[in-house]
Amino acid sequence: MPRTLFEKIWDTHIVKTIDNGPSVLYIDRHFIHEVTSPQAFTGLNQRGIRVLRPQQTIATADHNVPTLNQHLPIKEELSRLQVEALKKNCAEHGIELYGLGHPFQGIVHVIGPELGITQPGMTIVCGDSHTSTHGAFGSIAFGIGTSEVEMVFASQCLLQNKPKLMRITIDGSLQKGVVSKDIVLHILSVITASGATGYAVEFAGSAIRALSMEARMTICNMSIEMGGRCGLIAPDEITFNYIKGRTFAPQGEAWDKEMARWQTLYSDADAVFDKEVFIKGEDIEPMITYGTNPGMGIGISQLIPTTETVNEQDKSGLARSLAYMGLEAGTSIRGQKIDYVFIGSCTNSRIEDLRMVASFVKGKKKAADVEVWIVPGSKQVEAQAIAEGIDKIFEEAGFQLRQPGCSACLGMNEDKIPAGKYCISTSNRNFEGRQGAGARTLLASPLTAAAAAVTGVVTDVRELMLNNN
Amino acid sequence: MPKALSTIQSCFVPIKIENIDTDQIIPARFLKATTKEGFGKNLFRDWRYENDDEAKPKADFPLNQPTYRGEILVAGKNFGCGSSREHAAWAILDYGFRVVVSSFFADIFRNNALNNGVLPVQVSDTFLQKIFMQDASATLTVDLAAQTIAIDTTGETESFDINPYKKTCLLNGYDDIDYLLSIKEEIQQFESLQN
Ligand code: SF4
Repeated sequence: MPRTLFEKIWDTHIVKTIDNGPSVLYIDRHFIHEVTSPQAFTGLNQRGIRVLRPQQTIATADHNVPTLNQHLPIKEELSRLQVEALKKNCAEHGIELYGLGHPFQGIVHVIGPELGITQPGMTIVCGDSHTSTHGAFGSIAFGIGTSEVEMVFASQCLLQNKPKLMRITIDGSLQKGVVSKDIVLHILSVITASGATGYAVEFAGSAIRALSMEARMTICNMSIEMGGRCGLIAPDEITFNYIKGRTFAPQGEAWDKEMARWQTLYSDADAVFDKEVFIKGEDIEPMITYGTNPGMGIGISQLIPTTETVNEQDKSGLARSLAYMGLEAGTSIRGQKIDYVFIGSCTNSRIEDLRMVASFVKGKKKAADVEVWIVPGSKQVEAQAIAEGIDKIFEEAGFQLRQPGCSACLGMNEDKIPAGKYCISTSNRNFEGRQGAGARTLLASPLTAAAAAVTGVVTDVRELMLNNN
Repeated sequence: MPKALSTIQSCFVPIKIENIDTDQIIPARFLKATTKEGFGKNLFRDWRYENDDEAKPKADFPLNQPTYRGEILVAGKNFGCGSSREHAAWAILDYGFRVVVSSFFADIFRNNALNNGVLPVQVSDTFLQKIFMQDASATLTVDLAAQTIAIDTTGETESFDINPYKKTCLLNGYDDIDYLLSIKEEIQQFESLQN
């Protein structure tokens, strides 16, 4: 029987299925961080049991960490306590921790792939919704709650119901100035922030095949913003070349054995999906969000929708969102003044993102009254950026290159956007208060964010690129 | 271990907003605790208070209106989207809700709620609007065994879906870990077949 990529991985990970109930799904890799793990460790300790497979568990500190002076003790007491609790818990249970000061430290969804821990065909979980990122390698990767973190600790398994399957096919080529973040924001604007709830989403088509691994990760990262259980892309030569030689990638004979298996990971030609969506690459513009969920996005040349033009899903919330954002229905978003630019988060903080921004801003300067924070996704990304001289380019442009962590993506550390201020952000959520109470977030690609950094207002990056040539 | 739940008859608190994300249910700055208790006082924090000031409750927010009370929260569709933080379910439970009614739930939130003994009841859009039309004294009856929800004043009833396994867990106050620990040998056998 023809099977989808998701089903091929799912089927090989089922320990058993409960009659009339969920299946017991075996978990290959478990990532943890300081915010969603402490209560799970407490639960284990209360039951008097230990982590079953500590060697399949990888920890890092990312959500709470400061992005300046990471060599100093964390100032904020509660953050420090959480980071310390993680350290203690990992030591007690024999879990490898890439904490502050470690050369592998970084945002959990950035370090897994860059270390070669994330591999095709795996089941991967983390107490973090953007675990969907790892699906870019052709794995089943999804976010879980803390009770489930405890279950994986205790048994290396989870009880799961098989989700429905959706395929989103993007064919064709992309316009100049359009990058993978625009693809995913475009998809979101078409299917809305709940359009994939209950589904595992496979991204396919020639526009996806043409993307680098890092660009694919940006897309899978945001599948959770559509409500998707997970997002995945069939592995191919681009995937294999990316993994080869990384710290924890298989080597020698093990590599050949894995490759033989990985090459079978694709949806069979006549496999059936519960839902299919088709999008033309040519139709996608540089995107920007105007509202308070990631589905509320428009092509940069479009007008902010009115109650008549907005999709059904966002109709009732439109007025509330626009009031929060201080924007007006039916007007152009171009020219909107920006106070902060945040380039970072597990969506867009990898070396290619930084390179993209650097090559665009080289020789340019930021607008006078804009503050620009560039927060690399990991110590390795930071080191690479410095090795390539990207730090110098940012310095000359007046951009601040900070130290790795989640930072202003969710404002759990000091990096908060003040109430009422506008931030163009490469992160993944524009919810009310996400970047700080009252903060106004406009989600965009690193290129569109960089363009706004230079002009101080929301700008169609294509115009600046034409001037360049 | 979650508290067992069977039938709940109670007034309800209506929040007529769609796409309520977990950042609204419990803002990130309150995620720094290392225990599960005490999140209830920060439930919907930024919608409840002006400038984060407990002395300045926003009068029009339902949690601040004394007429609304009860163990049932009723909210607009796509409730619990966004972050996977289980703190959202803990905050709802800690505040005193045992049931959340909406016409659509985000996946991770639904699981988190069930794992903590909070019952997500998904109703049709029409039924949700009917609940919203009731006044503050109206009560709802949620019967988990029968899988029904009724508006007591009008007698209107709708049935809801729940995974049979989860239903048994909730009725008995079991959790998944107990089950998973009980099949440890099967898990180890599965592992040995992989290598
Ligand atoms: S960068 Fe943002 S979205 Fe990604 S893991 Fe950190 S907080 Fe979550």
